[in-house]
Amino acid sequence: MKNIASEHQQRMSYLDLPIRSFRRLGRLILLACHDMGHALIMAGSATLYIRTLWKPRARHELATQLYITGIKSLGVITVVAFFTGMILALQTGLELRRFGQEVNIGTAVTVVMIREMGPFMTGLIIAASVGSAIAAQLGTMAVSEEISALEVMSINPNRFLVMPRLVALAIMMPILTVYTNLLGILGGGIVGSTQLGVDFYAYIDNATRYAENKDLYVGLLKAVVFGIIIATVACFQGLTTREGAVGVGRATRQTVIISFLLILVVGYIITRLFYI
Amino acid sequence: MITFENVTKKLGGKTVLDGISFEVPKGETFVIVGLSGAGKSVTLKHMVQLLIPDRGSVRIGTDIISEARGMDLERMRGRFGVLFQGAALLQWLSVFENVALPLREHTSLTEEDIKKKVLEKLRLLNMEDAVDKFPSDLSGGMQKRVGLARAIVMDPEIILYDEPTSGLDPVTSRLIDQLIENLRTELGITSVVVTHDLHSALSIGTQIMMIDGGKIVENAAPNDFIQSKNEIVKRFLESQYITRRGAWEKGMESHV
Repeated sequence: MKNIASEHQQRMSYLDLPIRSFRRLGRLILLACHDMGHALIMAGSATLYIRTLWKPRARHELATQLYITGIKSLGVITVVAFFTGMILALQTGLELRRFGQEVNIGTAVTVVMIREMGPFMTGLIIAASVGSAIAAQLGTMAVSEEISALEVMSINPNRFLVMPRLVALAIMMPILTVYTNLLGILGGGIVGSTQLGVDFYAYIDNATRYAENKDLYVGLLKAVVFGIIIATVACFQGLTTREGAVGVGRATRQTVIISFLLILVVGYIITRLFYI
Repeated sequence: MITFENVTKKLGGKTVLDGISFEVPKGETFVIVGLSGAGKSVTLKHMVQLLIPDRGSVRIGTDIISEARGMDLERMRGRFGVLFQGAALLQWLSVFENVALPLREHTSLTEEDIKKKVLEKLRLLNMEDAVDKFPSDLSGGMQKRVGLARAIVMDPEIILYDEPTSGLDPVTSRLIDQLIENLRTELGITSVVVTHDLHSALSIGTQIMMIDGGKIVENAAPNDFIQSKNEIVKRFLESQYITRRGAWEKGMESHV
């Protein structure tokens, strides 16, 4: 009898780890669904408040957010976009040179930039710089009771804080993406003409000849969606921050990780929807 | 004015409020005292629905604020002004803009009238020289005074104070105590004050309630409070060197 009991106990201890892991995974999935639901409700509520943008205070806050998102990110975006185009041109050019087709790097760089790399790189930079800053700011406000103070003053944080950030990112992301695309294509042209012996005008001619309008529109659609994703994740993480400075750090990190993952997954889904 | 009926609240698995019931009478200064973690601030947050009770209800007059939603909740919250423990000023707005914020959001006053009203409230708290400063340029005490100016700028019926004098110098503490007292005597405003400072509680309070372990251990007028036979209250009084000799005189520290 005792042997059966100890055997059962031993079997249970073997099963203990997978059961506990499974339970933990289930809990994480439930929590993720719960958070996603709340984040979408927050974004939906903020979207409904777009009608209040005519108020001078809301317009002023939107202008501030547009400046922070757009102008303050220009430096890093310029460098990243330029080098992305240069790397793309170099890699594709070296391969195409084996077939004597290096003149086609213009098409390769342009299509890759406007379809994928433009919105993707811009999304990553904005998530890491602006998204993390939003999460840190709103997180600090949450732990120092500023959000509670707004609620008590009947000032809806979704209107006052989330809406201007959401709109600013949805407007600025496509604009910055166009900027990234242009600089990337320019960087590719410079590498083509200096390293691969492709005439700059031939490069530009090749670049503009084969790219379609659809590529540009899909790329810009991605940019808008990425902007909404970054703003939603950052504002939700910020507003739900708890536990002081540690919580602010956690919210910032989570914002960057979740935004990166969603940009990758949603980017793939949009490409799949429009190109297959 | 404010009625708690059998309110229970658990936070992080711990019972913070354990079926408490009490009433804050209109026009009184109701002080809630107790040790750290006793549930004082949690009680205060239930009054403006920053927290919702697990059981029981919170009423403001005839309105049940613990169940209110949307516009109803906004209307009920509009009756309150709240001074938070850390002042909770918006860091990117100047002192003037912080105090003007509720006026700009909820009234159609002209900029001239807003300016007049904001300066009037800041003058009341000796802060009119700091209008153009930002919260990060101010000391903790000054931030609290600006927070108080913001709490009273809409002329609310009820003001909630979360540790209004903690971390302040004695002179500023007495200024704030005096202001709370004036708001009651001159304007008939109902105040609820959460504090550790018994001297301040006894000076401004018309009713003092002590919470311990999520339960009410005493709820009495200041003179009855210091005569309390409850052991927890006695220890709390002794810890602040308040003895039970005679009656407490407002504004006098005669029992120290």
